[in-house]
Amino acid sequence: MAPNPIATNPNAITVEHLSKRYGTTLAVDDISFTVPAGATLGLLGGNGAGKTTTIALLLGILIPTTGSLHVLGHDMARDRFAALARMNFSSPYVALPSRLSVAENLRVYGHLYDVPHIGQRIAELSRELDLDEFLHRPAGQLSAGQKTRVALAKALINRPDVLLLDEPTASLDPDTGDWVRGVMERYRAESGCTILLASHNMDEVERLCDNVVMLKRGRIVDQGSPAELLVRYGREDMVEVFLDIARDRRQAAEAAL
Amino acid sequence: MKASTRRIWGMMYRHLALYRRSWPRLLELAYWPVLQMCIWGFTASYLAARMGNPVAVAAGALLGGVLLWEVALRSQMGVAIGFLEELWSRNLGHVFVSPLRPWELVAALIGMSMIRMLVGVVPAILLAWALYAYNLFALGPILVLFFANLMIMGWWVALGVVSLILRHGAGAEALAWSVLFGLTPFSAVFYPVAVLPAALRPVALALPSAHVFEGMRAVLLHNEIAWNHMAWAVGLNVAWTLAAALVFARQFRAARVRGALLSIGE
Repeated sequence: MAPNPIATNPNAITVEHLSKRYGTTLAVDDISFTVPAGATLGLLGGNGAGKTTTIALLLGILIPTTGSLHVLGHDMARDRFAALARMNFSSPYVALPSRLSVAENLRVYGHLYDVPHIGQRIAELSRELDLDEFLHRPAGQLSAGQKTRVALAKALINRPDVLLLDEPTASLDPDTGDWVRGVMERYRAESGCTILLASHNMDEVERLCDNVVMLKRGRIVDQGSPAELLVRYGREDMVEVFLDIARDRRQAAEAAL
Repeated sequence: MKASTRRIWGMMYRHLALYRRSWPRLLELAYWPVLQMCIWGFTASYLAARMGNPVAVAAGALLGGVLLWEVALRSQMGVAIGFLEELWSRNLGHVFVSPLRPWELVAALIGMSMIRMLVGVVPAILLAWALYAYNLFALGPILVLFFANLMIMGWWVALGVVSLILRHGAGAEALAWSVLFGLTPFSAVFYPVAVLPAALRPVALALPSAHVFEGMRAVLLHNEIAWNHMAWAVGLNVAWTLAAALVFARQFRAARVRGALLSIGE
């Protein structure tokens, strides 16, 4: 079992006054939050709320307009590669080379993340994520569910301390989605990994997340644990909470309480 | 193996795996240089047979030009198309959130470009020897300098192309194939710089390739090594490489500001 990634700083992720502007559009507007080491934070919001932008900023593929980001104690503006070696990312919107086999793709990323004994690690992941059947098939010939498993294997190749997942179960059938959530739970329990999860699936959020940040038009409009949010909005599930926030119904909900 | 070397090897492995799976891709590398060699080789043979020894010497210069220019072309395309492969496979989002440094990606693309260039050009060189008894290696050890300078020129031109792709997106893709052809008239591949109009000569002399081909003609026609041209070629390559690296670094950062690395292929 891997130790907790941070001994001295209790937060694996610290975001302070983060903003990202594209021309006249403010995609992320002065947001601040922290994710304690070992916790799972859900990043929720409608399309265009700023979830993917926030993840891209955390990964250093996007430079913020203002604000700061620290991951695993590293300032992402100055020292992002030290953090990136201990992070990983999965998104259905970013592909792996389709003509390479699954094993070749995992080998490439094993090298990029400097994973020792790559062959052994690929065999482990193949066993854990049930990849054996298509390990030597080109990635482009896989079904959506198989691609998700491969994307997850790629995201776990370096046993990350911080995992950023952008809608990992989007477009999956309920069975495969449930299986993916099980894998994430298992990995978190075994490794003490910190997870930041952007999702539209509220069952997933309730099941996996210790805390939730609700984004709307780039701003944080509410945050707390799923249980706290359910009480605050007087709702029975997170879908209703999501709709209240999306449709500015918090005041109405408060009045009804 | 050092972590940095492993990352560079990882990116090279990604491209080598593509060739391992596809013999047409491998064949394509040699196809154009061999075709060029056949067209120009037979043309030169015909002219030499009709017009005698002076033309035979010029025909040798022509063949040498064709072969050496392919070195620059293949080197440039190797880097630029390697980058485009990442863009086409929508893989940049994964590559640039890994610990891979931009310079390591460039190093991997250069490594692949050397392999692609050798696979493309060596068969053409061997064919020239088999069909026309033209031995490029007869140029002597200076050939190493010619090769090195033309490869480096191909790389910095490619870095410029990649910078334009980072700036303008997939719309600049066509430059990966065409940009070096645009420099051919100024590179003195088939004729000396002196043939160009006076106003265009400074443009030619600002390119390392013009000095390499002047050097090649000095060896072939006068049997001497034009060290002054070699010095210019090396100096210009250093200057252009630094300029291209600066432009690439700026455009890479600008792409991170604009968020282009995630959407560039769309």
